[in-house]
Amino acid sequence: MKAHGIVHKYGDNVDTDVIIPARYLNTADHKELASHCMEDIDKDFVNKVKEGDIMVANMNFGCGSSREHAPIAIKASGISCVIASTFARIFYRNSINIGLPILECDEAAKDIEAGNEVEIDFDSGIITNITKNKTYQAQPFPEFIKEIINKGGLLNSIKK
Amino acid sequence: MGMTMTQKILAKHAGLESVTEGQLIKAKLDMVLGNDITSPVAINEFEKNGFTSVFDKTKISLVMDHFTPNKDIKAAKQCQQCRNFADKYDILNYYDIGEVGVEHALLPEKGLVIAGDCVIGADSHTCTYGALGAFSTGVGSTDMAAGMATGEAWFKVPSAIKFNLTGKLNKWVSGKDVILHIIGMIGVDGALYQSMEFTGEGLRSLSMDDRLCMANMAIEAGAKNGIFEVDDVTLDYIKERSTRVPEVFKADPDAKYNRVIDIDLSEIKPTVSFPHLPENTKTIDEAEKLNIKIDQVVIGSCTNGRYSDLEIAAAVVKGKKVAKGVRAIVIPATQQIYLDALKNGLLEIFVEAGMVVSAPTCGPCLGGHMGILAPNERAVSTTNRNFVGRMGDTSSEVYLASPAVAAASALKGYISGEALK
Repeated sequence: MKAHGIVHKYGDNVDTDVIIPARYLNTADHKELASHCMEDIDKDFVNKVKEGDIMVANMNFGCGSSREHAPIAIKASGISCVIASTFARIFYRNSINIGLPILECDEAAKDIEAGNEVEIDFDSGIITNITKNKTYQAQPFPEFIKEIINKGGLLNSIKK
Repeated sequence: MGMTMTQKILAKHAGLESVTEGQLIKAKLDMVLGNDITSPVAINEFEKNGFTSVFDKTKISLVMDHFTPNKDIKAAKQCQQCRNFADKYDILNYYDIGEVGVEHALLPEKGLVIAGDCVIGADSHTCTYGALGAFSTGVGSTDMAAGMATGEAWFKVPSAIKFNLTGKLNKWVSGKDVILHIIGMIGVDGALYQSMEFTGEGLRSLSMDDRLCMANMAIEAGAKNGIFEVDDVTLDYIKERSTRVPEVFKADPDAKYNRVIDIDLSEIKPTVSFPHLPENTKTIDEAEKLNIKIDQVVIGSCTNGRYSDLEIAAAVVKGKKVAKGVRAIVIPATQQIYLDALKNGLLEIFVEAGMVVSAPTCGPCLGGHMGILAPNERAVSTTNRNFVGRMGDTSSEVYLASPAVAAASALKGYISGEALK
């Protein structure tokens, strides 16, 4: 499995309140949530994001609320993968549970810039920055988590 | 090798003799919690994936607290979906208007979580129940759906930071100041993926309300859970509320910790977190020198909407008036707290001081309703997050503080500890 797209770049401690503000949590509709994704830190995001694009940020991405609406909004906006130096733990497990690929890679998170064209090979964990002609090695998923992803998310993996 | 309190509870619920840091386990759950925002997403997933029964109708709590009393038609529909689900599966602990309180104040009060339990909740502040000596952590809606269906959840066994508490808090200093001080010290990702374990002789002087407040904000340091060593204060609290027998887990003497941090409670000062991260802390003395004018004060939430919080705020404002131009909103966290505050005259003190008292709700804490900020407005709030746009417009600002500091600031119209001197 591969992802390929243009990068939208953010800083440290991007919290779930800016990913999807609580004022929009009176719905669980994926498309409606996506239409407000990142609104409070990047009003333009929803206009410029294209199917397959990649989100890159620094430390503690997704901190704050447990709202699964946050990874849902990112995924439904067309983002194919999020790369960060570190993720907040609830966001991390929510992303795996709903099938939004995320990778921890400090080197990539620091080096990749907004607008770079990036390709990701999830099997090897290799991230290629086509614009800068560089590669970075991300932590591969543990087997247990690969199994959840391969079975199509948590609920599929526990179905009898 | 020895285990931490958290590791022991996880081992027990995974049916294992012992567990070690980093191990992936499946644990049996004593309670699965959701609210009116996260449960609809979980119910959709539950139904979409064809589940037709819940693991135990007595071990699921659905608490309609965030956007209630329903703030708009969409919010009303979300509660309706939860109500229908609760009816269909005969969920015992479904709480709606008239019984509902802010979830993390309500569950301990009702005795629904006790020491030794393993709990997940689709709300990040589920870590609150660590104050009772339980392992309790926030998850998302899909985990909640899986928990409701199977009664199990997967966890990666966390490592831990130990907080060794000594001394005793000074007057007007509370658990809120301690936890803000700690977050200021270690940062919003200072405990990422780890447990925060609170122990030491200083524990004795901390009330359950102080402990619940501290465990509540473990997530604001990135922690997986916060947990307090169980003592007589905990056991007395549980005994009054539950007929179940608590199980007490103590850390082994050779348990491994990433860090051990000593906190002398007598040195903690009233603390304020400045926008837009809980780690941006200043003591009240530093903060009040900056002459920060405020427009609103909120006293409530799963962090500080308990009876003793209201009691402290009432002691500060009794016989006085909030400053002109300040909108002060008091939100008792549960019906019981509301009733106790009513019977003991606290509500009268608030109303006479020019404050408004709301029905129990999360409301303004997450910018839902009941006190939203306009552009450039500032609030002192006893809640737990001060992120960009958390309580309203993206240019508004939230300063996190204790009920004492919030009440004192309401009187002055500025961030102030003057009334506490």
